[in-house]
Amino acid sequence: MLADLPLLSLCVWVPIIGGLWVIFAGSRVPAYAVRNDALFISMLSFGLTLLLWRDFDNGVAAMQFTEKLNWIAPFDIFYHIGIDGIALPLILLTSFTTVLIVLAAWEVITDRINQYMGAFLILEGLMIGVFSALDAVLFYVFWEAMLIPMFLIIGIWGGPRRVYATIKFFLYTFLGSVFMLVALLYLYQQTNGSFAISDMHAVLLSLPQQKWIFVAFLLAFAVKVPMWPVHTWLPDAHVEAPTGGSVVLAAVMLKMGGYGFVRFSLPIAPDAAASLNGLMIGLSLIAIVYIGFVALAQEDMKKLIAYSSISHMGFVTLGFFVCFQIFAKTGNWTDAAMGIEGGMVQMISHGFISAALFLCVGVMYDRVHSRQIGDYGGVVNTMPKFAAFMMLFAMANAGLPGTSGFVGEFLVILSAFKASFWFAFFAATTLILGAAYTLWMYKRVIFGEITNAAVKSLEDISTREHTILLALAIPVLILGVWPAPLLDMMHATIAQLVEQLANSKLP
Amino acid sequence: MTDLWLIIPELSLLTLACGVLLIDVFRGHDSNAVTFWAAIFSVLAVLALMALYFPDGSTIAFFGTVKIDPMGTVLKAFALALVLMSFFFARDYFGKNQEHFSEFYILAMFATIGMLVLISANSLLTVYLGLELLSLSLYSMVAMNRDSAQSSEAAMKYFILGALASGMLLYGISMLYGVSGTLQLDQLVAYTEMADQQRILMVFGVVFVIVGIAFKLGVVPFHMWLPDVYQGAATPVTLFIGTAPKLAAFAMAVRILADGLQGLAAEWSSMLIILAVLSISIGNIVAIAQTNIKRMLAYSTIAHMGFLLLGILAASSSGYASAMFYVIVYALTSMGAFGTVILLSRSDTEADQITDFSGLAKRSPWFGFIMLVLMFSLAGVPPFAGFWAKWYVLKEVVAAGYVWLAALAVFFSIIGAYYYLRIVKLMYFDDSSDPQSLVASQDMKLVLSVNGLAIFLLGVLPGSLMSICVIVTIPYSG
Repeated sequence: MLADLPLLSLCVWVPIIGGLWVIFAGSRVPAYAVRNDALFISMLSFGLTLLLWRDFDNGVAAMQFTEKLNWIAPFDIFYHIGIDGIALPLILLTSFTTVLIVLAAWEVITDRINQYMGAFLILEGLMIGVFSALDAVLFYVFWEAMLIPMFLIIGIWGGPRRVYATIKFFLYTFLGSVFMLVALLYLYQQTNGSFAISDMHAVLLSLPQQKWIFVAFLLAFAVKVPMWPVHTWLPDAHVEAPTGGSVVLAAVMLKMGGYGFVRFSLPIAPDAAASLNGLMIGLSLIAIVYIGFVALAQEDMKKLIAYSSISHMGFVTLGFFVCFQIFAKTGNWTDAAMGIEGGMVQMISHGFISAALFLCVGVMYDRVHSRQIGDYGGVVNTMPKFAAFMMLFAMANAGLPGTSGFVGEFLVILSAFKASFWFAFFAATTLILGAAYTLWMYKRVIFGEITNAAVKSLEDISTREHTILLALAIPVLILGVWPAPLLDMMHATIAQLVEQLANSKLP
Repeated sequence: MTDLWLIIPELSLLTLACGVLLIDVFRGHDSNAVTFWAAIFSVLAVLALMALYFPDGSTIAFFGTVKIDPMGTVLKAFALALVLMSFFFARDYFGKNQEHFSEFYILAMFATIGMLVLISANSLLTVYLGLELLSLSLYSMVAMNRDSAQSSEAAMKYFILGALASGMLLYGISMLYGVSGTLQLDQLVAYTEMADQQRILMVFGVVFVIVGIAFKLGVVPFHMWLPDVYQGAATPVTLFIGTAPKLAAFAMAVRILADGLQGLAAEWSSMLIILAVLSISIGNIVAIAQTNIKRMLAYSTIAHMGFLLLGILAASSSGYASAMFYVIVYALTSMGAFGTVILLSRSDTEADQITDFSGLAKRSPWFGFIMLVLMFSLAGVPPFAGFWAKWYVLKEVVAAGYVWLAALAVFFSIIGAYYYLRIVKLMYFDDSSDPQSLVASQDMKLVLSVNGLAIFLLGVLPGSLMSICVIVTIPYSG
């Protein structure tokens, strides 16, 4: 009986409908009921995604759990969803972080709690929708609709400059996306009237056509990742967003850009990607090195983690695009696959680590109401348990072996080395820079003398906070020593993707 | 005799409008409620008649002056529905201000007759007749607020510029007539396909006809009247002007350009490109500077009419379908936006500054949400109807080979997103300066809620309305 249920649809719609219900029914019930409802819905959808994982067949490269319904009949637009090995880990990450976000907001958010919880639940459903859409129009609808709850989350519950930050966030991402829409409409003409993403993968396109399409997609995805030089919205959005908003931005939303590259840019325009890969690698390296230095100079913890995110996401794009160089050099596409796999692992791992670091900052901010590094010092004296957790996440962010942060970075650096020594050289500077800015921040915040009276009276983490941080520490450690489950999950799909890249789409 | 049955909706509306006028005259000044309900039932009756006599195919009647076809009837039905909704908003507004403007309903009914005539025009003379009936009613509606200098100024401006535009249109019509010797659109089309010396004269006529159409739609550079009229007129009048007449203006453009001048599509298409680019860019940029919500929505209208032209300039049946979808969705959304302005207004304030929206989400979470839906719909963000309208039009523009035009249009719609976001920002992020709760009648609240939900629903399931638009424009694919 369970097998007959449209499981994937439930994963998308349970949080959305649950979120609407929390918003509209929640205005009349006390806050604790709203929290309980939100937690229940988020746990339920996490459970549903775990069922997806249980029934997922690692050996199959094709889409699984597909559902196809007529949606807009005159133009052959379908409600067509399904997942493969690239989408599933991201979906799991999404539903997992939403549970944590609900928990993290527990006592912290007091203003319009029903709208806060509802917005995050709706956002969760829309994000899962993005990862599972197989119809380009459906994808675009989820992709854009996501902006609305995020816009409200930053704008309503954010910091002092929230209005500036949220409008900047919205317009920046909107700017990128609309050109993708034009590209999708153009592809619709080229495929003779189909919006199916698989048809777009198959259609033959000349090199100039591919380049235009690639650039339009690049605008959309580069803003989301974000790649240098279109990253400037991210530090603002992160700093002003409430903790939950920062977590979802860093853990999931940035991954949409990376997902877009592997789902759209690479398979639809492989020849353009091959010819423009120098540009992409260059932008990625600038993000890794330059933004790493920028992070070093930050005084605001959230800003520092935001820049560190940009730098780490540079690894993702480097991994995706370095494969063309490897192929040119070795002629072996299996070597090239490692870069893409490394990028994917890096995305998942960064999802956990950045979420954890933002939650750590949130824990301190709730107590001291400051994010400035200078306002802290000696936190270890009053919050030893917290200091231990943050140590782990700081180390993971710096790419310490044994944590998940190491695996992705190592795979990418290794494949970069196959392409060129200098790519690997610049990418590897992040191991030094990342350690420098993360550990230096850690030292200034956690160790040293207590200089601030507020720090002296800090209480260590509560059971609730303990649970959240523990829940994040486990995957960081497990993926660090045993990444095989994650790699197995996406292996077949990435092998198929690489095969697509190997075949030119020129007519 | 059979011809009469074809125009039974127009005839009955005319009769009923005269009847309502008489009721109003004899009941004196306490007649508001009676006039209102009489007007409502008249419009409902005409809607019912239209459903009853829905045409199977296209018929030309009255010696080639009138064309009854499914597209026209669907547009008429939507126009009547919009008129019906605007009556509810108007009653609430006039009730709040203790004003007795039963003339509003009567003038609106006459304007509606003008729209219906315009929509089913098959002769240039019928176009002119319908247009003037519509415009004259609108001029007097704008001037209805006698004591307001702003209102009178707006009416004068509207009237003078409107008369000028009508003159241009007539001049263009006379040239077309001079070449072809016919006013009938379905006969005119044969002359446009000839390639001879006369063609240049035809094109010259088309320029003037386009000026007339552009003025009625309010696209740049023929938009000067629009912001002043929107701001100067009483809000229900603005709401009326901004909704149903847009459908009629769209029908007028399609009737003249597609029915009558399809052979000159290459020429008028390039003229429309200029108008569309100017409207989308100037409308969106100037709207940012506005502090008056009605004026802001006026510039937003200009930008949206530019988008509408994008659909028409594709000059294909699917292009007309996309423009039809666009104009219906736009009229519905703009109805809701002006409706919210009326919702916020009270007897002592007009609530026409954008700052009046501050903190609306706290004062009334539900109507804050409705306005949020409307604003995101106007900005073209999914999953709301406005997104599909833009999507559909852009799809046709790309299909017609103008990818650069689509890219330009989306670029300016990002700029446009800013001023819609500003309203959302005021409603959700700012605190209210006005602690008083909202005053509005129950039926008006219901209409506004239905309006907002319709935008939401059309956003999730736009397929059926799209199908309707596709089916009724099939005759243009020949």
